[in-house]
Amino acid sequence: MSERPRPVTITDPVTITVDGRPVEVQRGELLIDACERNDAYIPRFCYHPRMEPVGMCRMCLVEVDTGRGPALQPSCMINVAADMVVDTTSEQVAKAQDGVLEFLLANHPLDCPVCDKGGECPLQDQTMAYGPGESRWVEEKRHYEKPIEISPLVLLDRERCILCDRCTRFASEVTDDPLIHFVNRGSNTEVNTFPGEPFSSYFSGNTVQICPVGALTATPYRFKARPWDLERTESTCTTCSVGCRVTLESSRDRLVRINGVDADAVNWSWLCDAGRFGFEATNSEDRLTEPLRRVDGGSFEPTRWSQALGAAADALRSTDPDRIAVLGGARLSDESAYAWAALTKGVIGTDHVDAQLGDGLPVEVLDLPGATIDEVCTPGGTVVYLGPDPKEELPVLFLRLKHAATRDGVRIIELTPMATSLAPYAALGVHSRPGELAAVARALVSGDVPSDGVAGVDADTLRSAADALAAASGPVRIVVGRANLAESGQVVLDAAVELAALPGATFLPVLRRGNVRGALTAGLSPGRLPGGGRLGRDDDAWSSRWGSVPVSTGRDAFGILRAAAAGELDVLVLLGADPLSDVPDRDLARRALDRVPTILALDTFVNPSVARAHVVLPVAAPGEVDGTTTNLEGRVSRLRAKVTSPGTVRTDWSIAADLARRLGSPWSASSVGALRDELVAGSPRLAGTSWSDLEGAESVDGVLADLSGVDPGRIEPTPPPQIDSYSLRLVATRELYDGGELLRRSPSLAGLARPATVGISVGDAERLGVADGTPLVVRGERGAITLPARVSAGIPRGSAHLVHRLDGSDPFELLSAEQVACDVRVEIA
Amino acid sequence: MARLTPDNELLARRIVARYPEPKSATIPLCHLSQEQDGWLTEEGMAHVAELVGCTPAEVLGTASFYEMFKLHPVGRYCLNICTNISCRIVGGADLLARAEERLGVRAGGTTADGTITLEDVECIAACTEAPALQVNYRYVERVDEAALDALIDDLRSGSGRAAEFPPHGTLGLVRQELGADDLANVSPPEDQDVPGWFARHAEAAADGGSGS
Repeated sequence: MSERPRPVTITDPVTITVDGRPVEVQRGELLIDACERNDAYIPRFCYHPRMEPVGMCRMCLVEVDTGRGPALQPSCMINVAADMVVDTTSEQVAKAQDGVLEFLLANHPLDCPVCDKGGECPLQDQTMAYGPGESRWVEEKRHYEKPIEISPLVLLDRERCILCDRCTRFASEVTDDPLIHFVNRGSNTEVNTFPGEPFSSYFSGNTVQICPVGALTATPYRFKARPWDLERTESTCTTCSVGCRVTLESSRDRLVRINGVDADAVNWSWLCDAGRFGFEATNSEDRLTEPLRRVDGGSFEPTRWSQALGAAADALRSTDPDRIAVLGGARLSDESAYAWAALTKGVIGTDHVDAQLGDGLPVEVLDLPGATIDEVCTPGGTVVYLGPDPKEELPVLFLRLKHAATRDGVRIIELTPMATSLAPYAALGVHSRPGELAAVARALVSGDVPSDGVAGVDADTLRSAADALAAASGPVRIVVGRANLAESGQVVLDAAVELAALPGATFLPVLRRGNVRGALTAGLSPGRLPGGGRLGRDDDAWSSRWGSVPVSTGRDAFGILRAAAAGELDVLVLLGADPLSDVPDRDLARRALDRVPTILALDTFVNPSVARAHVVLPVAAPGEVDGTTTNLEGRVSRLRAKVTSPGTVRTDWSIAADLARRLGSPWSASSVGALRDELVAGSPRLAGTSWSDLEGAESVDGVLADLSGVDPGRIEPTPPPQIDSYSLRLVATRELYDGGELLRRSPSLAGLARPATVGISVGDAERLGVADGTPLVVRGERGAITLPARVSAGIPRGSAHLVHRLDGSDPFELLSAEQVACDVRVEIA
Repeated sequence: MARLTPDNELLARRIVARYPEPKSATIPLCHLSQEQDGWLTEEGMAHVAELVGCTPAEVLGTASFYEMFKLHPVGRYCLNICTNISCRIVGGADLLARAEERLGVRAGGTTADGTITLEDVECIAACTEAPALQVNYRYVERVDEAALDALIDDLRSGSGRAAEFPPHGTLGLVRQELGADDLANVSPPEDQDVPGWFARHAEAAADGGSGS
């Protein structure tokens, strides 16, 4: 099968004999792994290197002699011990394999010609390699209704199932969503869901990938292609910033499937369904395929690239650089982000650039000493989790953290505005009032806890958390992200800076957007230059390459929008950004976009902000881009283009290069590789990530950039907001399935988002006399929205929870960029 | 009715408390639900899942493994006639055929009035008393055609021997109350004295009694 063997470090070697050869292996590891690593691959169906062995299928029987003579043993259930003598190819073994296959095929239909798995099917392949060749069975096989929908994304043909327990083990062991289970007994056993309770897991697509037969198929791929017609290339998923390694698989130049690759440092072969099935957006008929220009009547008209770029260049050339700003860039590859940094900061000369949209964290978070996912998951470690619900925003990171907490004894202390999906696995949940996180962090670090608690957290909880931190055996790892979009990101940075006082503390910044770290590292942030450089300090390295750098530090996203709304901007460039949807202050975004005379947009779809643009340049989507991407850890890995872009679509970097030439700049870019090398050459902290470095076999899963901390400079703490005891404080979060562009354009995922609700605590629900479904008005300074109530034990008293971009009213209508936290009145409608 | 009644839910919570892991109470609670409704309904399984903290799919997986959990409605009486070898030699299969004829249903079916579900079962471990059958898992032994006819008449009319058989699903085990010293794993083994049941058995044996 396609799984990579379980990685192992030999610390306690023993010698065993495999097929007559003495080999050195790790004491206690599974025999099936030890043999595979030593060129004796043992066939298997149920064993998966990332799950506990169960010995269900019996295909991995080998002869093992531990001194009492050879006996057939399932090698996935045998731990290696010294002096074992193993024969994986004896006559007995061959007979056993032959017999096991004959039994597995007793009820398995021979419908390979119409089965999606045919051609890449472990059962088919192993029957050819080890099987009986002819069937002695003449009995009628089992028949079931075909196929049954176990979730909106996964279909099950039960008669093909060989009961290997992979999907059910995955559901219970890896994701803890045991919504599929073996039902009935003996030859009637089948995998099924409870009636009316579908397998609605964010990770359901993995079961399709690991199914060793064609029993589980995914709706987006079913009957779309034959495996031998597929072309594959390895790339990295950019749906969120975890950076899972994937295979992009295409047929007739269209993406048809994405599978996970086992990158040991990152995704362990797992993917979330948004990453797995979101490729449908790349194939969407709604894609922008040619440049658009707004004509006098106000509508868009297709135009030629030369005219569109000419118009863009004219606008940029004739405008004072201080009246030009660029928003976005987190969708871009590292190289495109760097090209745009060079264009805006070097060629145009403006520093009003921000890859984040006010919904991330201040860029200084990247200056804190870094931690990798593996370091955060170090067995026996202690983690302070200061981020968004990882299952909703960074699903595969959730799987790693859950595994660390349940298997490797990692103690997670949640420091979040409300319980996240990690809560069942966390050692402690500390849920403070939004806006006052820094005070909680200070109390945890100092151990100095006032008897009436801090920021709504009671003293006992704080003391247990402080004790757990003090008792941590190694350095504490801190996961830091934007847990609450209704709370200033500065508050989170303040808390992180407080926690940096813990001995040896390192930080994993979990900014959510695909390549946001790459874009910030490439310089798409005010005051920053590529490679973590500072404007005013590292100017020489870049002015020598670009010709010049801006003279003063520019504005961040909120600053740019404020300037635009005040009429201080003439040109706004949107690099795959949708401020009208994503800026957590919708009123400001609206006023800004209404006022700017010229908006240039580079995007794949017409989103609400692009609809306001004057020139629209269509760009390549995921799966069409060569280059690199940087995940949340700072790991640089290759993106590879698999399919051709539609129409006359171009890459973001080539547009930057073209505009630079039109603006008469000496700086230019000739290729992705040259851009990468230029970025790395000027950035000591990116050493080892040049284009050729990333081509090596050992860097196939990416190369880490330098993660050591640098002085972030002076960070002014934010004063905590006043408490208004009549109000609830707003917690605004994201969910994986929302109304975002990727999901709306992926037919299989569109429609999975749940309707919007307003979540309140059990205590507040009692006080207000509210039950699930009661319509509530949430009133803030900016307006009011009405949604049905959802009463939840995970929400602390005094908070109200809204989700961004669901089908219904959006919390961003209530938020203001000027507020540290947002107080709302909640009453029955 | 499908979810547990408030009284049964209270009992269910007491049963859950008997175990170190709530999930261990899955089977006893399925029995309780089946006792309440006569069969195990989807709503009942979903309620059991809530009470033991797992998914309904896990409860279904467990319940569907066992023949004695009925996932479809059955009659007030389950009439299980053994047709395995010892009973068959002395007429078990003939008894089944006669029961099918008398009841007007095939093995596996339920009479139209919902009184009796007839089942053809494998060995019920009563070979010495063959031919044997069970009514709601209570044994009726050395059955002949006349006895079968009389039994069916009693069950249908609710008279005579019908009183011996509580409705399908009733199990004494579910309602048994355990003393604190009978609970499993409430303290580490090294801290435990001789368990209460052991001492009681020893006393009973010393008295010449039958124990239990």
